[in-house]
Amino acid sequence: MELQTVDADSECPECFESVRLEAVMQHEIVQCAGCGIDLEVIELDPVTLELAPEEEEDWGE
Amino acid sequence: MRIGVLYSRVRPEEKLLFAEFERRRADVEPIDDRGVVLALGGGSAIEPSFDFDVVFDRSLSYSRALVNLRVLADRGVATVNPVDVVENCGDKVRTSSLLQAAGLPTPATRVASTPAAALRAIEELGYPVVMKPTVGSWGRLVARINDRDAAEALLEHKSTLGSYQHSIFYLQRYVDKPERDIRAFVAGGETLCAIYRRAPHWITNTARGASTGNCPVTAEIDDLCRRAAGAVGGGLVAVDLVEDPDDGLLVLEVNHTMEFRNSIEPTGVDIPARMVDFVERVASAGWDAAHDREGA
Repeated sequence: MELQTVDADSECPECFESVRLEAVMQHEIVQCAGCGIDLEVIELDPVTLELAPEEEEDWGE
Repeated sequence: MRIGVLYSRVRPEEKLLFAEFERRRADVEPIDDRGVVLALGGGSAIEPSFDFDVVFDRSLSYSRALVNLRVLADRGVATVNPVDVVENCGDKVRTSSLLQAAGLPTPATRVASTPAAALRAIEELGYPVVMKPTVGSWGRLVARINDRDAAEALLEHKSTLGSYQHSIFYLQRYVDKPERDIRAFVAGGETLCAIYRRAPHWITNTARGASTGNCPVTAEIDDLCRRAAGAVGGGLVAVDLVEDPDDGLLVLEVNHTMEFRNSIEPTGVDIPARMVDFVERVASAGWDAAHDREGA
């Protein structure tokens, strides 16, 4: 397996702050430095960010 | 060797694991558990291929993990962890029952299914008492009950506002620990390393901001952790211990999808590499052989 990662500049869908992404993979969770919200990298080509899913009650370790 | 990795979100843990697989040039396929369709009896074109030597479960969702791993087990697909281990760890009633049955020291625990019975259990245990959801993690909805007023209020709130899962009251004697607890990592019956989780708050989860530091694995910690891991069925688990001022080390819980991002640096142990070692051992030699420390 070759891990597909990309470097890219994107924008936070919540606060519209620019977000610098380095070696991110699909479905990786990143944090917006502007508003602190968790974002999910939905697509790599083109890089698309969405708000990360809300934590659910049965989530954990 | 083909390895599937079920995940809900790619967090630092999953990224470290994927990087380790890539370093080894392993044949790995990430599987987003949100998109999984399982065709009971087969025959669905939209089901992901589960033609793997082992499926490594990193799902955040307990319910998704249970469903996916149960169906894979029925098909004879090896998983890490197996569904029974996940079930044994994810349900606190089950975990406590297994720990007790294995003779491990744990805080006194009661389970009740009505508010009235829960109140009786609380008063019998004596204040303070800790009430936890039977399923859940990261210290969420865990409450310390200091007196009868708080007990009555919490029980009323839970029975009025809670979902089905909150109709079972899991109650535990509060352990007055020294502003820290111990988290130990176990793979295939071997205690890899341990950390102290320190916080002035009585909830010492790192998800709640606790700081971490290395905890030397003493013979006692090693023994308790290996026995606790064995009690839930083995595999890759993280064991939580607390230091009781009177009773010494007690096993609190066992986690089946361990988080380790804050534990590599203080312990100096390459936890993701050791986890991948175990997953590969299961894929190549099978579950029992992967726990054979002599043959490992």
